[in-house]
Amino acid sequence: MTTLASSAATFNVDKVRADFPILTERVHGKPLVYLDSANTSQKPESVLKAMDDYYRHANANIHRATHLLSERATALYEGSRAKAAAFLNAPDMRTIVLTKGTTDGINLVAQSYGRSTLKPGDEILLTWLEHHSNIVPWQLVAAQTGAVIKVVPINDAGELEQDQLSALLSERTKIMAVGHVSNALGTINPIKEMIAKAHAAGAVVLVDGAQAAPHLVIDVQALDCDFYVLSSHKMFGSTGTGVLYGRASLLEAMPPYQGGGDMIASVTFEQTLYNQVPYKFEAGTPNMAGVVGLGAAIDYLAGIDRDAALAHEDAVLEYATAQVREIPGTRIIGEARHKTGVLSFMLEGAHPHDAGTILDRQGVAVRTGQHCAQPVMDRFCIPATIRASLGIYNTREDIDALVRGLHKVRELFT
Amino acid sequence: MSELTDLYQEVILDHNRRPHNFRVIEGATTQEGYNPLCGDRLTLYVAIDGGVIKDVAFQGSGCAISKASASLMTDALKGKTAAEARALFDQFHAMITSDHAGPTADLGKLSVLAGVREFPARIKCASLAWHTMKAAVAHDSDAPVSTE
Ligand SMILES: Cc1ncc(COP(=O)(O)O)c(C=O)c1O
Repeated sequence: MTTLASSAATFNVDKVRADFPILTERVHGKPLVYLDSANTSQKPESVLKAMDDYYRHANANIHRATHLLSERATALYEGSRAKAAAFLNAPDMRTIVLTKGTTDGINLVAQSYGRSTLKPGDEILLTWLEHHSNIVPWQLVAAQTGAVIKVVPINDAGELEQDQLSALLSERTKIMAVGHVSNALGTINPIKEMIAKAHAAGAVVLVDGAQAAPHLVIDVQALDCDFYVLSSHKMFGSTGTGVLYGRASLLEAMPPYQGGGDMIASVTFEQTLYNQVPYKFEAGTPNMAGVVGLGAAIDYLAGIDRDAALAHEDAVLEYATAQVREIPGTRIIGEARHKTGVLSFMLEGAHPHDAGTILDRQGVAVRTGQHCAQPVMDRFCIPATIRASLGIYNTREDIDALVRGLHKVRELFT
Repeated sequence: MSELTDLYQEVILDHNRRPHNFRVIEGATTQEGYNPLCGDRLTLYVAIDGGVIKDVAFQGSGCAISKASASLMTDALKGKTAAEARALFDQFHAMITSDHAGPTADLGKLSVLAGVREFPARIKCASLAWHTMKAAVAHDSDAPVSTE
């Protein structure tokens, strides 16, 4: 967490807040304090408008008709693909598959790439930090192919044990799937170095970027990853929409994931020829308005100074960490040196779930529970945490409201 | 704040701090309950003799609502027949899920949990012990009961 005072000057959080209509909402009669962006982020006006405009002025099926609306819809849809390519610095649009989200992207890679290449005894390397959606799809394909799952452990700070990674990698490791940023603890993993190590062992690497996309600038070519997946709804965009970046040579060799319209070049009952990438992986009528919303979210992020935004968020996280630590009986879970966006903690005497209910009644929305990361909870021998997670629109005042709410929790429970 | 103080009444906070029947009963019917949403887990021990619940106790970790509910439930069940326990389950369930605050069957000490109905996200916390009990009394499954 480095605070860049100079660039912070170019980021105006009040202006950003004004872009998000929901932030003026009142809940239980209190102003909304939204600290659950790692769960799903809020949407700026421009995203809402783009999706509304799509339905009002462009709605038609894409790639399928000769009329004007279909041309508009197709241009918007493919325009979002181009924006996603730029957002990830992907080499070209063929490497961008539009999906339903991170979970969908991981399942696609597991079932298409994994299922067609894994052999009994091959290893899939995961980490203890993974979200369930970067665990279960690999368990499914392991059961189908006889592959074996190995897991990189974490230390007490919530950082991956890099020595263990080196020890676990071998010529048997065929796939490594790792999160860029942990949703439960906020740890930023050194994925560039991890990818280089995995490649040296001959493994293909998938990066789960669901929690990185709203905070960090991503460059898939600099990272040299083979697959990168993300969800639009976590980066101020639409729900039910996401991106899978795949190395072109891999995507081309992979069998289709689902069959249907749009993913084919020609169909007869004797033989079906598949469409080229990325369309081979986009069966059926997609979430077109959602993809338009994704494009608008990428435009929104392109319009702000990302370094300055990150410096602002880091400063708020640092403030939150210090403030929460001051409250007697708190224990912060996850104190990695490199973190972003997430403060997970426990409050002595109060179960996180009770704290969540009491905070909610003060207008403060946090997530409590296991955060779809049961292994992380088990690693720290805790049932659940309170998780405050940040978006670009959060302020120190939001943290002050959280702290006031936590004092209320203490009044009741200690 | 009034709904909050309805939910977290002193009785509930007391049962959370010092749950009743928080122990193991050796040799009793054992049933696991789990709420994956919040990680609440409990193990319920029910000693049934001649169709009557002679003793009932629990262990586990959970939020105040789930712990207080388990604690109050174990108090209420002692001496009841399996059929009475199942009937109580139905009454309790109706109390915490009914959308009108009108009087439901008088459940005595259990009524302190009626406030849960104003907190839809917490109904599963209050019902975990009860679902677990229902499975233990039916004794038809070794699989953990889940609220999902
Ligand atoms: C790290 C991580 N991976 C994967 C997911 C799954 O994303 P989605 O539910 O959008 O598919 C999430 C979010 O829940 C996440 O935080």
